[in-house]
Amino acid sequence: MKHDLAKVPEIIGRYPQQPSSLIMVLQDIQKEFSFLPCEALEQTAKSLGVPLSKVFSVSTFYNAFSLNKKGDTVVRVCIGTACHIRGARQIQEQMETALKIKAGETTADGKFTLEVVGCVGACAMAPVVMTNERYHPQCKVNTVKKLVAKR
Amino acid sequence: MRIESEKQLRDYRKKLVDADRKLTKKIMVCHGPGCLASGSEQISEEFTKQLAKKRIAGVTVEAVKKTGCHSFCEKSPLVAIEPAQILYTKVKVKDVAEIIEKSVAGDEVIERLVYHDPHSNEAIATYPDVPFYKYQTRLALRNLGKINACDIDDYIRVGGYDGAAKALLHMTPENVIDEITKSNLRGRGGGGFPAGRKWASCRAVESDVRYVVCNGDEGDPGAFMDRAIMEGDPHTVLEGMVVAAFAVGANDGYIYVREEYPLAVINLQKAIEQAEGLGLLGDNILGTGFSLRIHINRGAGAFVCGESSALMLSVAGNVGEPRAKYVRSVVKGLWDKPTVLNNVETYANVPLIITNGAEWFTSIGAPKNAGTKAFSLVGKVRHTGLIEVPMGTTLRRIVFDIGGGLLKDRPFKGVQTGGPSGGCLAEKHLDLSVDFDTLTTHGSMMGSGGMIVMDDRTCMVDVAKYFLSFLVSESCGKCIPCREGLYQLHKLAIAISEGRGTEQDIEKMERLSEMVVLGSLCGLGKSGPNPFLSTISNFRDEYLAHIRDHRCPAGVCRELITYEINPEKCDGCMACISACAVHAITGRKTKPHVINQELCTKCGACVAACTRDAIAVF
Ligand code: FES
Repeated sequence: MKHDLAKVPEIIGRYPQQPSSLIMVLQDIQKEFSFLPCEALEQTAKSLGVPLSKVFSVSTFYNAFSLNKKGDTVVRVCIGTACHIRGARQIQEQMETALKIKAGETTADGKFTLEVVGCVGACAMAPVVMTNERYHPQCKVNTVKKLVAKR
Repeated sequence: MRIESEKQLRDYRKKLVDADRKLTKKIMVCHGPGCLASGSEQISEEFTKQLAKKRIAGVTVEAVKKTGCHSFCEKSPLVAIEPAQILYTKVKVKDVAEIIEKSVAGDEVIERLVYHDPHSNEAIATYPDVPFYKYQTRLALRNLGKINACDIDDYIRVGGYDGAAKALLHMTPENVIDEITKSNLRGRGGGGFPAGRKWASCRAVESDVRYVVCNGDEGDPGAFMDRAIMEGDPHTVLEGMVVAAFAVGANDGYIYVREEYPLAVINLQKAIEQAEGLGLLGDNILGTGFSLRIHINRGAGAFVCGESSALMLSVAGNVGEPRAKYVRSVVKGLWDKPTVLNNVETYANVPLIITNGAEWFTSIGAPKNAGTKAFSLVGKVRHTGLIEVPMGTTLRRIVFDIGGGLLKDRPFKGVQTGGPSGGCLAEKHLDLSVDFDTLTTHGSMMGSGGMIVMDDRTCMVDVAKYFLSFLVSESCGKCIPCREGLYQLHKLAIAISEGRGTEQDIEKMERLSEMVVLGSLCGLGKSGPNPFLSTISNFRDEYLAHIRDHRCPAGVCRELITYEINPEKCDGCMACISACAVHAITGRKTKPHVINQELCTKCGACVAACTRDAIAVF
């Protein structure tokens, strides 16, 4: 798949051209494309003077980064402790059934990516699901249905 | 304008206080994580919109304040009316007009919207009377809900930057370190290491460059107080860092913020710009010649980066693998320079200590555990939210008085504190004093302050399994005891929860835990077995029930349970039928339904959907 990589040099240029800028550059690339295109990683490595192997090791170490393209809506089910205790596992399973994919996968039509995350910091409203940047507090079965129905 | 002396700061504040007096009413709309999730943004917009059209003496649109977390998240969205201290809960956009009419233009309280005591159903109008707030002492969280986070004037008005001014203008770095040492402020990130001692040893190292770092990573699932502070009162963090940097002689500071907290990044960034604009941060602070530049680093989602050596590597753009700490980071930290690292809540306490003095601080709290601690009180408790109590408060007071007891009044089983590094305390611990030392002696720890309340429907084997799986996926994999040891522990926990475990497995887990604790490189591994060790010591019976009787007493572990519909209670409402994803439930309207055990995947969706408590777990 081809992506519009013209923006990459501009993103890299936002930070000092030194190895310590790596994570921030990757974050901005991730934000722009919602994943890290391989070509962008190569450019980053060259510009910041970091071996490509290190760029890959950083890209795969942190949860924020993904080497695969994500769906239009990223559904993140929080499975942190507070959410777990209040039934996050059920929400996760219902999401999996409703979207017919497992956590970590993207639907074939590219509309949804389902992720599970360690805690989104709204623990008092557990269980919490996020769709892109939006929070859905105190999720119930019906919330799942509603969120998925939008497809 | 730049503030260059104490007098200027005082004059500036006076102007702000006078201007504020002109507002006869203030409407504090909570913009904390919980309230935002339940739509508080629309509410504050509605207030602004309606007030712009209406003329009420002494109330302009400025009266609407988007504040940090009011902390009573269970009842969100929250709106408080000042100065009457009225607290409105679960406010909806359509309530706004009525609130303006009755409580802003008039002095009436809308009873429907205030907090009602769940036991007596008595209406409590003002928040200092609500039990959730009554037993708290808020120091680190002092400004949450009281000021607009994105407005430095609001912060200065309530005494902000006084501590920094006092330190920079009237004290030497040694004085500051002395004061912090005497105050016995201990690291609120979990370790409880005395901040004064940390600062002193950093200052003592010979070096031309030093750094201060703020850990805002808050990886502990179930805790969000650092987030609330960074989002709701970012200047407190900056001010604490200014004092620390002055004390140790650092000119650069870094705040490492979790990637899940974009609003914290935005608010901190704004705060930095505002403070620099007034000369309270940046070059030549308060005209003293002392300079501090603060940078924000966004974390990228790795629990292990909460560990200090990993965090510093990550700030520098590397993979966050912890290193062995033969040399401490106060000697060799960020870019191998002496570095002081404290967490958000620790820094939030610093300005208060400088302003009010060490003695004031030690007069609060328990022996050797001065001050207060913030907790996020969550789980199966009625009043979830953020709380802050003096050290030494009992768990009972926290769970039952502040937290209002358990949801649906179910029996209390335990409290998990300290995140994945902590442990589970049981009913017998309810009267313990909550402080660093007491929690540690009872096999748990303070950690960053997550407090997850559990009832009889929480399975302790499942909880241990849950934490182990979290740690297995978050282990950086650098050292074998952690990478392999936790993995094996997890496998054994799974076996027990599925009814395949033996009593030898418990012994195996205990021995393995010992080795993981001894052999791991960093805190993640060293404390990794804690959730297991504390559950096995406090809830051994539950493990044995799984092993000997193939039974999960809490009704959680799905290999060992069955769901059945009680025909007596079921009124045939079909809610469970539509909730069941695998069509395992059949029945007609108004007739009791039945579950087909062959098809049932035991997901529990039906139990959640049933309003009559008609589905039993065996
Ligand atoms: S545990 Fe789910 S939001 Fe914190």
